Amino acid sequence: MIISIASGKGGTGKTTVATNLALSLESGVQLLDCDVEEPNCHLFLNPLIEETVTVFTPVPEIDEDKCTFCRKCVDICRFKVIAIVGETVLTFPELCHSCGGCMLVCPEDAITETGRELGVIEKGSLNNIDFVHGRLRIGEAMSPPLIKKVRSFARSDKINIIDAPPGTSCPVIAAMKNTDFVLLVTEPTPFGLHDLKLAVEAVKILGIPHGLVINCSDIGDSRVQEYAGQENLPILMEIPFDRRIAEAYSRGRPIVEEMPEWKEKFLKLYSQVEKLVEQRK
Amino acid sequence: MRELVVLSGKGGTGKTSLTSAFASLSKNSVLCDADVDASDLHLLMAPDIKQRTDFKGGGIAVINPDQCTGCGLCMEVCRFDAVKEGFKVDEIECEGCGVCVDLCPERAIDFPIKTCGEWYISETRFGPMVHARLGIAEENSGKLVVLVRQEAKKLAESKNIDLILTDGPPGIGCPVIASLGGATALIIVTEPTVSGLHDMERVTQLATNFKVPCMVCVNKADLNPEQAEAIEKLARKKNLSVLGRIPFDPVFTESMIQGKNIIEYKNDSKISLIVREIWNQIITSPAMNKKE
Repeated sequence: MIISIASGKGGTGKTTVATNLALSLESGVQLLDCDVEEPNCHLFLNPLIEETVTVFTPVPEIDEDKCTFCRKCVDICRFKVIAIVGETVLTFPELCHSCGGCMLVCPEDAITETGRELGVIEKGSLNNIDFVHGRLRIGEAMSPPLIKKVRSFARSDKINIIDAPPGTSCPVIAAMKNTDFVLLVTEPTPFGLHDLKLAVEAVKILGIPHGLVINCSDIGDSRVQEYAGQENLPILMEIPFDRRIAEAYSRGRPIVEEMPEWKEKFLKLYSQVEKLVEQRK
Repeated sequence: MRELVVLSGKGGTGKTSLTSAFASLSKNSVLCDADVDASDLHLLMAPDIKQRTDFKGGGIAVINPDQCTGCGLCMEVCRFDAVKEGFKVDEIECEGCGVCVDLCPERAIDFPIKTCGEWYISETRFGPMVHARLGIAEENSGKLVVLVRQEAKKLAESKNIDLILTDGPPGIGCPVIASLGGATALIIVTEPTVSGLHDMERVTQLATNFKVPCMVCVNKADLNPEQAEAIEKLARKKNLSVLGRIPFDPVFTESMIQGKNIIEYKNDSKISLIVREIWNQIITSPAMNKKE
């Protein structure tokens, strides 16, 4: 089982849902934090990090002694990574998408690949919860390859919970694609609703069953609920605004630790997700 | 020409609510929404769209089945696993590198330029605005951010307006890097939580690498005054200006529901007074008043 947690709008409570769900399930669960630009799950879970791996993406390195300045590499590259000025080759590795085209077309075998650091993957655990997250290198623009790397740790014998980044473009798609269910976390405000609609469109493109968690459900207005009704989106959980929850969050304390009665609600959330995934099959 | 960009690292800290309030206070500025992926500024600005233009991204591979002999070379060379069974290209996986296009021995692969969004020039009650909508599940958000910022600049020049107010995206990746290069100053809106602090630290580090001056403001500050203190301490340690604290107040949500910013909605409230004070600090800051 792979459940991804997404939202469209940032700051609606994805990390809250991901960490509390993992803590409530207690064992047989793995939390994969795919918000590699700003990973936060570890701040609430405090896992012991056991392994750190640096992740690289291949970028070209050109041997000027072999290069005949034929420009075949310049012509194939759509990302303007290679420039030839007279008899000098310039490369801009930070623009490279690692397609390998330049290496394939070079008739002189003058191009090899070296690595550009994308960031690190850290693996660890807390009690019986396995934990993996990616931390994008500051200054690195491309997050999807690192997100895919975090995703590759999903295990079929576990419940995998994926904390996705905000938005609706390629990083979120990389996090949500091929998951069994998407939990969309929103808040009942005009911004929340607007971005929820976009997120729903994205999930529909991917054809993944989905449901809603409404956070701070008693502030704002009723338009998110009305939209859910029209769209037949199941509302699987509502978390009211509670200063105690907000203050606990601010200190890095999960809801289920501060208010243990919430554990049951998160377990119920999981069983509803399980049922919806079963139905789909 | 000065450009103030509002960022946060963490999402949902109040970037858009504050940007819209600053629009009220600045009197004469061009608004720019650089959060092209989940843009919300228009919900408060009610822009009247004057000009609508397609945003062309990169190309995307399309295999022509009549010409394809099924040799499989495209599958072999594609590093993104985008060529699926039956030689169909998965649009979501296709990176737009064109390697299959160039190497196909039958020249059976087209590479049409994809329209992956739209951008707009609008009028609002606070002045002109440039904004955009990236298509769902699209790439090239950085490219679109660069484009809306360039257009905002052109518009400001043509209208003789000296200030651009840019609402930025969350995170530290491609669209954020595209938002901050060349900005006059950044406002980092954060919140007094462990994640607010963590994410603000990463985005300010990015800004430092790009040598853009940052000013920090803590929203919802009373939810955890100690954490607010920790954020301000970190900001000072990094030589960033500290603009002050805005308390948590449901009035922000109320004003959003009315489609207004906080200054319009409750001009004489305590919150509006604080936001006004913060704006005065920004506009008189050394970063915003450097001789060009």
